[in-house]
Amino acid sequence: MDIFKIFDSIQQVDGDAAGRLAHTTRRMFMNRVSSKVAAAAVPTVFASIVNKAYAATPSVTDILNFALTLEYLEETFYFQANKIPGLIPGEYSLVFQQIEKHETQHVYFLQSALGAAAIKRPTFDFTYGGAFADIWHNFKTFIAVSAALEDTGVRAYKGQAGNLIGAPQILEYALQVHSVEARHASLVRRIIGHMNNDPMMKGWITQAKGFPEAVYWGATPESNVVHATIDATKLPEVMGKISQDAVTEAFDEPLTMEEVLKIAGPFIAKSM
Amino acid sequence: MKKTLTQISDSSDSLMLSKVNRRYFLRSAGVAATTGAFLLGACTEQDLMSDDTVDLGSGDIGILNYAYALEQLEAAFYTQVMMTPYLNMTDMEKWILTDIRDHEIVHREFFKKALGDKAIKGLMPNFSQIDFQSRTSVLGAAKLFEDTGVAAYNGAGKLIKDVNYLLVAGKIVSVEARHASAIADLINPNALEFANGQINEMGLEHAYSPSVILGGVAPFIMDKVSGKNLPM
Repeated sequence: MDIFKIFDSIQQVDGDAAGRLAHTTRRMFMNRVSSKVAAAAVPTVFASIVNKAYAATPSVTDILNFALTLEYLEETFYFQANKIPGLIPGEYSLVFQQIEKHETQHVYFLQSALGAAAIKRPTFDFTYGGAFADIWHNFKTFIAVSAALEDTGVRAYKGQAGNLIGAPQILEYALQVHSVEARHASLVRRIIGHMNNDPMMKGWITQAKGFPEAVYWGATPESNVVHATIDATKLPEVMGKISQDAVTEAFDEPLTMEEVLKIAGPFIAKSM
Repeated sequence: MKKTLTQISDSSDSLMLSKVNRRYFLRSAGVAATTGAFLLGACTEQDLMSDDTVDLGSGDIGILNYAYALEQLEAAFYTQVMMTPYLNMTDMEKWILTDIRDHEIVHREFFKKALGDKAIKGLMPNFSQIDFQSRTSVLGAAKLFEDTGVAAYNGAGKLIKDVNYLLVAGKIVSVEARHASAIADLINPNALEFANGQINEMGLEHAYSPSVILGGVAPFIMDKVSGKNLPM
């Protein structure tokens, strides 16, 4: 299938959308991003982002391209899935159409912000090298990957917030995307819990519960209870009154760029 | 800029509005607007300040107190919800609302501890507009509080100077967004509402300044809360 068709079809529906976004958004961004950053070397392939991830502090352009890579991944995933008759049960079709809509908007937003610096859409392998071979036939496999992508997205944006502290407007945009991903993640997880009759699979993350493991563990696992040096299990009105499970649910945790790219890497068949 | 809590929660006139205890919210906004309490958060004049006004403070302390105030409100709300559950609350609703109550208490206690002796006092909530026996009223209010919480953290992030506190705010806001999604889905299952009215055409969720948020929540807090010294 031709993943680039989506942009053709969007532009047919709203031919002015790209131009409008490019005008308003790009200007906002470029006013904030220093010209030095904008002129910096532009990564054009995924591999170069991976290399950048090992640098001490990624540039704003790197972070936005990192985000764009994840949004390409999500958008392509839902675009393909929503077209396959019978994959998504009718009762959930609106949910996944809505998620796809947001991912398309995020791709557009980031592309417009990055302008010529935007990386190209890679070719994806959603079977994850064969691990999820039935992803386009089995809703359970599909939705497990959906939850993994959404929770990875939430953790990935959170992990970059600190790196954007010097670029306040971009930080705010990142937070505005971040909470949308969290809304998606919550419902997708709850649908899984409902399907599997598993009351412990909730909209929020208990301990580090979820599949696959790499999405929920990492340097700061989802089961972490210490925040800004404060152990939340030992707080008054918490200790002895609120379960440790609930304490872990109350805080989502970040993933580093490196950890995210390790998770996302096998989905990427070829960088363009 | 004046905004009612319903506007903060959902700028489009969605289904939700017709389902919530709309009468109450609109009335509260109207009353607040005429008394002036509505503008409290945005107020920079001394004339509204009285001795018992709670000043959130400045800098990161101010933002932490702002979050502490909102978490106090949410924790108090869900504590009341589970003390006096509405008629025919399902098991699933009980689990979800109990979880959220616990999360909000953890958030409240976290900020209290982080602030130490800089923490504002415990605020007195005003839930007189909420009918705790009515599922529609309770879930509608829950949706407003969660949507407001997300927009508040989204707007406060760029005001935080300490990267460690920025990270904590990030850890909390996504949990609030998970709550918001779940509550909206209880009201209208498997529909668009889990992620709709609060998100603009660029796929970005609302981010509001403290003055907008404080104006919106003022009718739900007995105390006068001032954010006049918060960073802008």
